[in-house]
Amino acid sequence: MPPKPPSPPSRRSFLAGSAALTAALFLPKHLKAADFPTATVNTTGLAVTDTEVTVGILHSVTGTMAISETGSVQAEKLAIAQINAQGGVLGRQIKFIQEDGASDWPTFAEKARKLLVNDKVASVMGCWTSASRKAVLPVFEQHNGMLYYPTFYEGLEESPNVIYTGQEATQQILAGLDWVTQTKGAKSFYLLGSDYIWPRTSNKIARKHIEKLGLEVVGEEYYPLGHTQFNSVINKIKLRKPDVIYAIVVGGSNVAFYKQLQAAGIDLTREAPLLLTISVTEDEILGIGGENIAGAYACMKYFQSLDNANNAAFVQAFKEMWGQDIVIGDVTQAAYLGPWLWKAAVERAGSFDIDRIREASPGIEMDTAPEGYVKVHENHHLWSKTRVGRAMPDGQYEVVFETAELVEPDPFPEGYQ
Amino acid sequence: MRDTTLAASPTRGFLTRTELAGAAILAILIFLVLPAILDPFRLNLYGKYLTYAFVAVGLVLCWGAGGILSLGQGVFFGLGGYCMAMFLKLEASTPEATAIQSTPGIPDFMDWNQVTALPWWWEPFHSLTFTLVAVVAVPVAFAFVIGMAMFRRRVGGVYFSIITQAIAAILTILIIGQQGYTGGVNGITDLRTLKGWDIRTDDAKEVLYLVNGVLLFACLGIAQFIRRSKAGRLLIAMRDREDRVRFSGYDVAAFKIFVFCVGAAFAAIGGAMFTLQVGFMSPSFVGIVPSIEMVIFCAVGGRHSILGAVWGALLVNLAKTGFSESFPELWQFGLGGLFIAVVLFFPEGLAGLWNRHVAPLPARLRRRPVPPQVPSPAAAPKKPMPPASPAGTSPAAAPAE
Amino acid sequence: MFADYSWGELGSIFAMQGFAGLILFSVFVLMALGLAIIFGQMGVINMAHGEFMILGAYVTYLMSGLFQTWLPGLFGIYFFVAMALAFVVAGALGMVVEWALIRRLYHRPLDTLLATWGLSLILQQTYRSVFGAREVGVTVPSWMMGSLPLTNMIEVPISGLFVMVLTIVIAAGVYLLLYRSQWGLQVRAVMANRTMAEATGINTGRTDRLTFGIGCGVAGVAGSAFTMIGSTGPTSGQLYIVDTFLVVVFGGSASLLGTIASAFTISQTQSFLEFFLSGSMAKVLTLLAVVGVLMLRPQGLFTLKLRK
Repeated sequence: MPPKPPSPPSRRSFLAGSAALTAALFLPKHLKAADFPTATVNTTGLAVTDTEVTVGILHSVTGTMAISETGSVQAEKLAIAQINAQGGVLGRQIKFIQEDGASDWPTFAEKARKLLVNDKVASVMGCWTSASRKAVLPVFEQHNGMLYYPTFYEGLEESPNVIYTGQEATQQILAGLDWVTQTKGAKSFYLLGSDYIWPRTSNKIARKHIEKLGLEVVGEEYYPLGHTQFNSVINKIKLRKPDVIYAIVVGGSNVAFYKQLQAAGIDLTREAPLLLTISVTEDEILGIGGENIAGAYACMKYFQSLDNANNAAFVQAFKEMWGQDIVIGDVTQAAYLGPWLWKAAVERAGSFDIDRIREASPGIEMDTAPEGYVKVHENHHLWSKTRVGRAMPDGQYEVVFETAELVEPDPFPEGYQ
Repeated sequence: MRDTTLAASPTRGFLTRTELAGAAILAILIFLVLPAILDPFRLNLYGKYLTYAFVAVGLVLCWGAGGILSLGQGVFFGLGGYCMAMFLKLEASTPEATAIQSTPGIPDFMDWNQVTALPWWWEPFHSLTFTLVAVVAVPVAFAFVIGMAMFRRRVGGVYFSIITQAIAAILTILIIGQQGYTGGVNGITDLRTLKGWDIRTDDAKEVLYLVNGVLLFACLGIAQFIRRSKAGRLLIAMRDREDRVRFSGYDVAAFKIFVFCVGAAFAAIGGAMFTLQVGFMSPSFVGIVPSIEMVIFCAVGGRHSILGAVWGALLVNLAKTGFSESFPELWQFGLGGLFIAVVLFFPEGLAGLWNRHVAPLPARLRRRPVPPQVPSPAAAPKKPMPPASPAGTSPAAAPAE
Repeated sequence: MFADYSWGELGSIFAMQGFAGLILFSVFVLMALGLAIIFGQMGVINMAHGEFMILGAYVTYLMSGLFQTWLPGLFGIYFFVAMALAFVVAGALGMVVEWALIRRLYHRPLDTLLATWGLSLILQQTYRSVFGAREVGVTVPSWMMGSLPLTNMIEVPISGLFVMVLTIVIAAGVYLLLYRSQWGLQVRAVMANRTMAEATGINTGRTDRLTFGIGCGVAGVAGSAFTMIGSTGPTSGQLYIVDTFLVVVFGGSASLLGTIASAFTISQTQSFLEFFLSGSMAKVLTLLAVVGVLMLRPQGLFTLKLRK
């Protein structure tokens, strides 16, 4: 995969058990607020006092996107609670102001402005869709805020005011396509998506990569968001007989798509055709029903079933806070990284000032991440591993593949635009 | 429904005393009080709310006076906003600013979608003059086509509402689907300058807010002029007894098309001002939900009162922001309850409350020593009338001349 | 685009695509029947129609949970119980709404639109508060999933067949109710002339309440059936509203046959276009065609002659 990622710094040893989460690994000693007088750590008038620092949480809790964003809110609150339990950031407890973007992009912009201008929050964890991020981006750049954005997304962006804790498109897509061609011998692909920028851009990257590999794309199709009738495209798939259905359907459409796929006699467990998706996390499976998607493969950086000590502790803490029935998807995990990466940046910079955090962020390493070791790249994205999971009837993924090395984030991929 | 102000006023002046008082209060609020007490962030928010007031004023003309309920006003708001956004986006997409793109000099979202040259229909939007004309002309032309097709064939009432709703749905899907040319679901974002003037600064926002207020009052003036004109009175007559107006020899469809176009023009101006003040435009304003919300602003303010429409837009949005800041998970209950309450208990909206309870106060106070049976011409009826049915005979329905 | 395929394949495709169209047709009819009763017979614009459907879906969700826990042996047939209950629950809520809200607004049709929009917001938030913002997965009995292979290309989805049969049953039921029962006679009498109907001793208030309740009940059944093919979440109802209204209006508001004919026309057009164009464009063209026809023929395909 171009460009070849330089080998990552050797992974530090994990601490076992829940201690991994509750022990501050970045700076193992407890920091006292008195060592960091407010006047010196906050020169730009942020909402930082001697005992508290205020951050913003900006997600949709109403409207159509509430379905997806709920998990992110929960993860961010968990991370903040854990950080506070360890003594906070520079000895200050984190207080958060939560705002509702209401699934409406201008509302996101309005609330972002409120958080930055009125509340002077020290950072914002938030946004989910690309549209909401695009809407708040000028606000963050104008008022010099810092946004921790959790969703895997289409790339083509590298803002000094955003840390992207999810994967950009090439990180997520290329490894999965390589895996399916190498281990499953796939030759032909049918690309399907909801009609907006992320699926279209992702499919464009996928198509370029498939064609570079000398393989064939036999169909590419988009349906409006919220579409619920997929019988026609299922017929087309049956007609073209692709080896792989590459599906980037989102939201409520997902449920309709997988149920109708199964009803039409396409049994995903038979893998003929095989279905590879980058848009269905454990959260979405709740709505789809595990029995309807069993056998499909998903390509992303995190699955709840990941087997490592960090993740075990994370899943346990998450369930303790939000209920035993809860599931955790890729974006939820990425959202959980936000407050931790911000804390690390603040403590590395010894300051809450946005400019100092920006300078301090690249190179920050986090080996307590549930997904394993991650590192912030110069371009504000994360180095991370990409994994392929196979959906099980119980709604979880079984991890079947993971890249050997961390994949370098490449938001402006040469040759894929 | 009866138009209280028109019905109660014996004079043929441009404004009654109460209307004048209402307009003065609104002007003081918008031009003096708000800029004085609000910080730039809140002022900008109010500016945004006031852009919806343009739509609501247009709806008062179409729905309150003309009886045409459009559930697709977002289409015109969006078209006006998009025209403005196209100009601003072109200005922001100089070859220098977009040097990292594979094709510098075109808007960033086009580059992401492998569009390698500016589409021909984007070209004219390099010109500010053309853009300003297009902001009004494009939506009006569209409204004219819709109006011609529907009103000439006497599509009205509920059918008109549902068809406009479908048009809003179609346009949304189209804009989202053609993302290489329209920015798709993200919309056109990251707008920076207007002829080199940075619209993102606090000063610029204040100026835009004031421009917005001036334009709003200009629209209010036009709306009032139309309502006072013969055409306005005919509209009301048509709303209540369309056949009689038609049999009297008037071209009913022409009046409806006219007022629908005016409503579209107002909405478009609001959309353009929205783009300027908020800094982006997206298809989420074109769809069904925002279009219905705009009707709600109008209904809350009072569907027969142009000033009420402005208050409706301001207060509903304030409530929305306030509710969602304090109880993010509950604001939909509040909003839903508000719709129902307005429809059930205050069909005349805020304006009805004002006319019934506040406006008569001075007259009542003055009249106190005088025996009560002397009716004051300026006062609204003392006893609240039962709401008249659309088919009911209201004073306004009788030919005015 | 046909050059690559053999005649046999093409035949299968047309068969399958025709069948896809039939499923879509059944879905449209199911969605629209309840609204056709309410809008067609009563002139009430119920913007909360989608939320009544989702109420049925949530009832099904609850029942699936109940049966799995308490009566696993009867799980195979829980769906029928759920549908009956969905009818009752949605119908009862409909009657409450009629009593509290709609009956005050019969002379103001456009206002029912606003009030029911408010109602839909409240219902959505209620679902969100009760069931959470996430979509819920409804487990469908295994015999209802899967498909019957006819040839190696053509497979008939059982859920599709189920929806079709259900559509026929409900459409027949509504027809019998409206045109062959005492109650239907009363409903039609009230619609034709309320004052005269009252003069003949019909309790118009009760008739209205029952009509609205049955319309909402049918919506509930539709929602229950759609758990097989669609999603169940607080805002899922919104996905259906535009299509539903267009089907009813396109069919001519007061005609049951018209609703069915229009559902057939729209579904076949959309399903045909979807095969040749991308999904988004097919949707746009279908909607445009419907709007175009409505402009030429505003009264819809079928109309009932009425003295207004």
